[in-house]
Amino acid sequence: MQRVSERVIARARELMREGTVNKVAGWKAGEFFYDCAPYVFESEESLKDLVYDRFCAANLSKYMIKNSVAAGAEGGKVLVLLKPCDTYSFNQLLTEHRIARENVYVLGVGCEGMCDIDRIREKGFKGITGVDENADGKTLTVHTLYGDGEVAIDDVLVNKCEFCKGKAHMIFDELISDNEDEGPRGDRFAGVRELEAMSPADRFAFWQSELSKCIRCNACRNACPACSCRKCVFDNDASGIASKANTDSFEEKMFHIIRAFHVAGRCTDCGECTRVCPQGIPLHLFNRKYIKDINEFYGEYAAGAEAGQRGPLINYTVDDIEPAAVSDKGGN
Amino acid sequence: MSVNADWKPRIVAFCCNWCSYAGADLAGSSRLAYPADVKIIREPCSCRVNPMFILKAFERGADGVILCGCHPGDCHYSTGNYYTRRRMALLFSMLDYIGVERGRTRVEWVSAAEGAKFSRVMNDFVAQIRELGENVKVGDLRCKE
Repeated sequence: MQRVSERVIARARELMREGTVNKVAGWKAGEFFYDCAPYVFESEESLKDLVYDRFCAANLSKYMIKNSVAAGAEGGKVLVLLKPCDTYSFNQLLTEHRIARENVYVLGVGCEGMCDIDRIREKGFKGITGVDENADGKTLTVHTLYGDGEVAIDDVLVNKCEFCKGKAHMIFDELISDNEDEGPRGDRFAGVRELEAMSPADRFAFWQSELSKCIRCNACRNACPACSCRKCVFDNDASGIASKANTDSFEEKMFHIIRAFHVAGRCTDCGECTRVCPQGIPLHLFNRKYIKDINEFYGEYAAGAEAGQRGPLINYTVDDIEPAAVSDKGGN
Repeated sequence: MSVNADWKPRIVAFCCNWCSYAGADLAGSSRLAYPADVKIIREPCSCRVNPMFILKAFERGADGVILCGCHPGDCHYSTGNYYTRRRMALLFSMLDYIGVERGRTRVEWVSAAEGAKFSRVMNDFVAQIRELGENVKVGDLRCKE
């Protein structure tokens, strides 16, 4: 990761210097080593803060909606750094005509999996001051106030990287990557299947306890690349969803079912919703349920695998499965 | 589940204007009975039914929701019900996933000539909801003791 990182940063500077692009969308070092946040750099000097390390999990494709248009208005181009999984979201936004492609220079960056600081903490480290990747590329040295420790990277990956879609970029203008595509990692539907096997009452109890944690901060909505309509149904005061204080019964579930439903068929399973949730709700289980159903009912479909695909929910065939047949094949 | 002797199922039926609503009319004028627990909401097309309508119905205390439309291929707007079919297959599967039993949701295709089918479907659906009993009422934990 270290080697790729140096090359990515050097290349971003170079492109800025030679004038190919006048902005760079990347990750900026935050107050702590692990809070690398999306940032649009507008000058070569500001690029000194550009980082690309194990904590740059944020998906930058959504930021291209505004920035590609703005760059065009200024007569320039914007460079965006996209990891393999981010390119799916970028493609999906291209399909939906949300990004002015001609104003974007896509630099595909190799990724070996991003780490989750919370999972490192769960391993028992307290007072973490920094993390270094070891030369073997499989372990991290964790520096703490109380001495150093070691942890396997595979044990502290963020959820979306645990079920990595593969190391291949779907779209790029230039690629900096050392990785061979090993295909998808793990069975991403295992969690969904586990829930499906439960009784309705248990499933209900599971979601009740998970969703009652929701504080309606809208982070899932704001981070999701697919969730980028100009007008949103949830911004309607009459929807009854705006205020947590008004909560009665079903409201939480409704919010999350609809949030996932509105991106069904467009969700690339980038996992941002779960990653940004401050309450740790496994929101990807909703999206993956829809993806799994779509794959089973209407054939395998990977949103964003290529630009210009027709999504399953804006399409039909005359001999589609009947909703009744779906009920019959259920496990209960 | 505690059995409430006074309990009557509350069932919302979304019916498309061109087929199923006319089918309900025919059931009425043919004097075919169906339970009064069914509340019909007329829609221009089954495709007009936003998934949120169905969730709202449950939020407001419905015990079951049934969606009726023209038979596939007969949609007044040519293709509306094909989209409905895909949407509802996914939505109902999701409702089941969060613990609302599959039996509480249903899609039926009822044409304007099928008054008898309308009556039969509603009787059958109400019986099914009676069997399932009161909806779990999907209540918020914090609002309960």
